[in-house]
Amino acid sequence: MPIEILMPALSPTMTEGKLAKWHVKEGDQIASGDVLAEIETDKATMEVEAVDEGKLGKILIAEGTDNVAVNAPIALLLEEGEDAKALDTVSTATPSPRVSPPAISADRGPAPAAAVAVTVTAEAEWDGPTVKMTVRDALRDAMAEEMRRDPDVFLMGEEVAEYQGAYKISQGLLDEFGAKRVIDTPITEHGFGGVGVGAAFYGLKPIVEFMTFNFAMQAIDHIVNSAAKTRYMSGGQVNSPIVFRGPNGAAARVAAQHSQCYASWYMHVPGLKVVAPWSAADAKGLLKSAIRDPNPIIFLENEVLYGQSFEVPETDDWTVPIGKAKIVRPGKDVTITAFSIMVGKALEAAEALAAEGIEAEVIDLRSLRPLDTATVVESVKKTNRLVSAEEGWPSAGIGAEIAALMMEHAFDWLDAPVKRVCGADVPMPYAANLEKLALPQVADITDAAKQVCYAG
Amino acid sequence: MSTKPSKASPSRGAKKASARRAAPGIGSAASPEELLTYYRGMLEIRRFEEKAGQMYGMGLIGGFCHLYIGQEAVVIGMQAAIKEGDTLLTSYRDHGHMLACGMDPKGVMAELTGRRGGYSKGKGGSMHMFSHDKGFYGGHGIVGAQVPIGTGIAFAHKYKEEDAVCLTYLGDGAINQGQVYEAFNMASLWHLPVIYVIENNKYGMGTSIERASARTDLYYRGQAYGIPGEQVDGMDVVAVKAAGAKAVAHARAGKGPYILEMLTYRYRGHSMSDPAKYRTKEEVQKVRQERDPIERLRGVLLEEVGIEEAKLKDIDRDVKRIVSEAAEFAQNSPEPEVSELFTDIYA
Repeated sequence: MPIEILMPALSPTMTEGKLAKWHVKEGDQIASGDVLAEIETDKATMEVEAVDEGKLGKILIAEGTDNVAVNAPIALLLEEGEDAKALDTVSTATPSPRVSPPAISADRGPAPAAAVAVTVTAEAEWDGPTVKMTVRDALRDAMAEEMRRDPDVFLMGEEVAEYQGAYKISQGLLDEFGAKRVIDTPITEHGFGGVGVGAAFYGLKPIVEFMTFNFAMQAIDHIVNSAAKTRYMSGGQVNSPIVFRGPNGAAARVAAQHSQCYASWYMHVPGLKVVAPWSAADAKGLLKSAIRDPNPIIFLENEVLYGQSFEVPETDDWTVPIGKAKIVRPGKDVTITAFSIMVGKALEAAEALAAEGIEAEVIDLRSLRPLDTATVVESVKKTNRLVSAEEGWPSAGIGAEIAALMMEHAFDWLDAPVKRVCGADVPMPYAANLEKLALPQVADITDAAKQVCYAG
Repeated sequence: MSTKPSKASPSRGAKKASARRAAPGIGSAASPEELLTYYRGMLEIRRFEEKAGQMYGMGLIGGFCHLYIGQEAVVIGMQAAIKEGDTLLTSYRDHGHMLACGMDPKGVMAELTGRRGGYSKGKGGSMHMFSHDKGFYGGHGIVGAQVPIGTGIAFAHKYKEEDAVCLTYLGDGAINQGQVYEAFNMASLWHLPVIYVIENNKYGMGTSIERASARTDLYYRGQAYGIPGEQVDGMDVVAVKAAGAKAVAHARAGKGPYILEMLTYRYRGHSMSDPAKYRTKEEVQKVRQERDPIERLRGVLLEEVGIEEAKLKDIDRDVKRIVSEAAEFAQNSPEPEVSELFTDIYA
């Protein structure tokens, strides 16, 4: 049976076009790849090449014909051994319909707000001995313990080895693990971000330290396009077990390019997990969980917190589950959510509010993706009021997300609109007085709490 | 001694391709069996891509579809130079690489049609496919991104003390990306077993290399990092294999990265929706007539090696059958389950 040569589409949106010119005539011997004809649309002219070989039996559409439907037969090709009689057997009346795009089913799976189900195990209770240590040492110990536990874990970044870390987080690691596993990189975030992802694709478990997350913008293509999306794009074949960590947000007096909170940027991305601990115990437990996790993790630290001390369980197997918030101060009148450095400010605010008779419940979100929505909703069911505190900008921020989630999951329990406390919507100024105005302060949180309690 | 960089002279380690045509005696450079394997491999890619182009025209393949027609000798020659356990990755013009490393044409074609039987279950498409088994790590849609990633895979080979190398393919468009040089620097600094195979097909989308690159010979781009480079006739599969073997031996011996610039040509547009107004038909036709890698090898096989034409016809028929079966499978494989929308996001 002769082969039908069909009118091709030039693009997924093309439905018809002009058959401008035939380059071959009936009776010509055709080889694969020969140019048969030219077709035109309003956008382009393209050549039609032969896929099959044989003799051109019959031209069905004359050159110069407009509005030829995609997939309409335009010629018949005789295969080896066939003669012209075979042409009579072909009916070419109806062009085969162009394959229609798949209908989008109404059943699109879980609602967007539910996002992707991630199993979160409960945090282990700890009633054993604790030791007071800084966030800095807790992070260092977490890395050292995990590197002892798994030879595939290694640390790379700027100044992590011989300099002992720009913020001394990797102090002593080079001595213990050697240059093979504690690797100083050139100052090329885009490059070493990608090198880390490649190593993770192949099964290593890199910890990539960014001197600060401001510089990770150079590497964000690899974090989002390479690390976060590849498991999905590979149908589950290729994982990226990698931790990107470093200080995030404002330090002190380093101005706009070194003082941005990236929490909402990364929280936006399916495929990433995002954590931002406050206490040393959480910093240690979450970093250990992050290193063991088979997914790409954004681990947001805070320079101001590095030197602060907290009680930490005295064990080398302390982990904190990713995706679980923690109520750090119970209360009945208003819920305050915070993460990273803002938890400390929220606790100070709660103390001040208590003096005025308002009992605030402070939730340390700890994980931003997956976000522990249930813990926030349960709290709001009790307090009926919510203030979200963050250092980042308001637009499309964590507070915006939490406010939307409360609309979806706790609308009937709210007695007041959710209030956001955020950084000012400006690049961070250098001048001390302006910087203070740009950053959310304890008083901003107490004011917001009083407003939602109508106690202003 | 002062070393002034000279614009005119490439690095000592760099060599320019001299012969653009297949050297006489090509038939004696490899055994008849090897040559037949190359012929079959290149033909399979050619026929597969022609079929993919046709299926795109029928609306069975969506989105972007970048065909490899014309460049077949590069991947077939390079693949002949590596061994099991080695890895490779490339950009979005990736169908040829997948077939060359032994991935199943049915799975590749079914991914192009977005079906359940595709390598990524229909969720990746033409530009995003992977196979741990065959050492293929994508399929990357962002120009140049595969270069640091391939360097990272080479880092992992070294870290795990494996006797393996990573072939990292990139085009003449990607070579101007900044991240490529960040990767070159680290690969050389850390002596990583990576071979950067630059497929110079003369056009980055619609912009010719002359209009995009201050210097158009790309094999010396690693010079600043001490990476040796060589220019190869990428339309001659035997020459590619020979250069590949040398580069692989260098990297495997722990001497660090190596650059191969393959002078090649793509016959089709950048993607299916490219009318190719930036070059003349005569230019394309000339390459097809004078340098086509499959026709050249066919000539060698018939005239120098003395292979019977009937034997080549058998191969042609067999390749056609494989491609038809792949096309059939790709059309009959069902679309992914709706529930797949929310799977494979987290491990």
